[in-house]
Amino acid sequence: MSGTKIIEVKDLKKYFTIKREGADDTKSILKAVDGVSLDVYEGEILGVVGESGCGKSTLGKTIMRLHDKTSGEVLYRGKDLFAKDPNAMKEMTLNMQMIFQDPYSSLNPRKKVSQIIGQPLDIHKIGTSEERLERVAELMDEVGLNPKFRTRYPHQFSGGQRQRIGIARALALNPEFIVCDEAVSALDVSVQAQILNLLLDLQKKYGFTYLFIAHDLSVVEFIATRILVMYLGRIVEIADKKELVGNHVHPYTQALFNAFPATDPRARETKKRIVMGDVPSPINPPTGCHFHPRCPYAVEKCRREYPPLKEVSPGHFAACWVVQNDTK
Amino acid sequence: MEEKKDLLLSIENLNFSFDTQRGVVNAVRDLSLTIRKGETLSLVGESGCGKSVTAHSINQLNPMPPGRVDSGSIIFRGQDLLKLKKGEIEKLRGTQISMIFQEPMTALNPVFTVGSQIADVFMTHQGMSKAEAIERTIDLFKLVKIPAPERRVHSYPHQLSGGMRQRAMIAMALASPEPGLMIADEPTTALDVTIQAQILDLLNDLKKEIGMSILLITHDMGVVAEMADRVVVMYAGRKVEESDVFSIFEDPRHPYTLGLLNSLPSNPKYKGAERLEAIAGTVPDMRSIGAGCPFENRCTYATEICGKEFPGETVLDESHSVWCHNYQNVQEG
Repeated sequence: MSGTKIIEVKDLKKYFTIKREGADDTKSILKAVDGVSLDVYEGEILGVVGESGCGKSTLGKTIMRLHDKTSGEVLYRGKDLFAKDPNAMKEMTLNMQMIFQDPYSSLNPRKKVSQIIGQPLDIHKIGTSEERLERVAELMDEVGLNPKFRTRYPHQFSGGQRQRIGIARALALNPEFIVCDEAVSALDVSVQAQILNLLLDLQKKYGFTYLFIAHDLSVVEFIATRILVMYLGRIVEIADKKELVGNHVHPYTQALFNAFPATDPRARETKKRIVMGDVPSPINPPTGCHFHPRCPYAVEKCRREYPPLKEVSPGHFAACWVVQNDTK
Repeated sequence: MEEKKDLLLSIENLNFSFDTQRGVVNAVRDLSLTIRKGETLSLVGESGCGKSVTAHSINQLNPMPPGRVDSGSIIFRGQDLLKLKKGEIEKLRGTQISMIFQEPMTALNPVFTVGSQIADVFMTHQGMSKAEAIERTIDLFKLVKIPAPERRVHSYPHQLSGGMRQRAMIAMALASPEPGLMIADEPTTALDVTIQAQILDLLNDLKKEIGMSILLITHDMGVVAEMADRVVVMYAGRKVEESDVFSIFEDPRHPYTLGLLNSLPSNPKYKGAERLEAIAGTVPDMRSIGAGCPFENRCTYATEICGKEFPGETVLDESHSVWCHNYQNVQEG
């Protein structure tokens, strides 16, 4: 992969302390993101896929600095995103925005649509109030909402329309990098298709770069140009879409693709079965490779040591001892 | 068409509505369907299409009021369920019609162990002693492949993972002397995809082993493709297409069914494509649907008649029917 790096994530860790109220007041550490390094290149759609608890949302939120990091680095165009200087931070947030999963809880129910979409403009003091109103109308039009509804409240819109409001808000400051955190998961399929089209149209028009986080493999497979698979806080495989879809090597990625229901009833008979139990708790992940208790290929070494992410073919990285032929 | 003795349940011309503060919602309109012994019928559609209301009117879990049955009948093993008394339907729920829900955490009582909740079914409906009932529960846990069943029966719901809770729910649904019908309302929607695959396999195995029928309610065409024998597609309270599972995917004839399949990013036609063929517009307000086809405002095939009257059934072959004025024009693009 070549091109200009917009975001560089270096060995990022985000741990949460879980307190258990009780006689012993035990504390445990949840390693939501545990040493993730990745680069996001200009103009790409990097899909992040994994099951609940794999840390994909925490990764997105920490990149946006909605969480503080535990350690590691996030650079936006070479500048440290966790720099102490609030002005520098503000400047960077102009260019980075986020679209959330739940269009019900991510919009303030007491505010009118025009206030919601216009809020980023207010915060950054862009334009006069007339200009802001004009920009709001323009944004609503852009995402397929009728600007005459700008005095309405969120509850007066359907789920799909609310997601359009959230997208308009993210567009308000002309960002170049947008984190979409399960942006279409709460929507019905027919509406989901509309929103996916909208996101793609906007990307083409403005050249956005997306970090597209989703649990739905088919959505990521459709929209992304490169795909990253996470399992219990770590990247297990990353490659260009075509390569990852056609030639996924990590046993977890294989299980994920296998488990995903095909929309072909005739494929039922030939489908491989997966017998692999549940996802372990991220609070006490298994030793060695986190996936080894569920992995059909696990060997001794997998129980002992966590495998590094290594290039298996150009641009295609996987973290698996067996794939890397290094099982001694 | 079908032999009567194979028939387990038939819903005939069901009309179900809710009185709301802002008017009457006709949630289900003139709906008929049949379920045969040993088959999985999938009721598919998007939020608000009436699929859950239809299923819940079978075991009468719809809140009434505000809900009410305006007309129709639901015949299960020869008796009309809508004419039964409360006690009779309760008995049926524990013995012949069971249900699994979307969110097993909210369907299980958090203050009792899962084992005792399932044992309750045996004790209430089959008069077993507690010890005997727990013994049978352990057998069921083995059947649904819960590891360490002797230990798990004494676990509380929060101590189990989502997948294990759903297995426990399935075990509870099987705790009936003669499993007839299992209503599965979005049984895997809350689960991760690797867990979903295992639960779907389990349901398919159990269906074969026990010979029960499943009414599967889902919005996920992938789940339909994995499980269903026959499919009923609903839109805004109406049945719009009914067929065997293969024809739904390979020869959809209702514009909505076609639109639904085209909305799936996993549709093979989108290999390398950059846009999906989405259905424009949104579902109409359920309070203001007239006599016409409810899909008319979003349909690219709509003609003048569509806004005026809902079409009658067109039988395409013995297992495939469609309710559309312009079905001849609908071709997979």
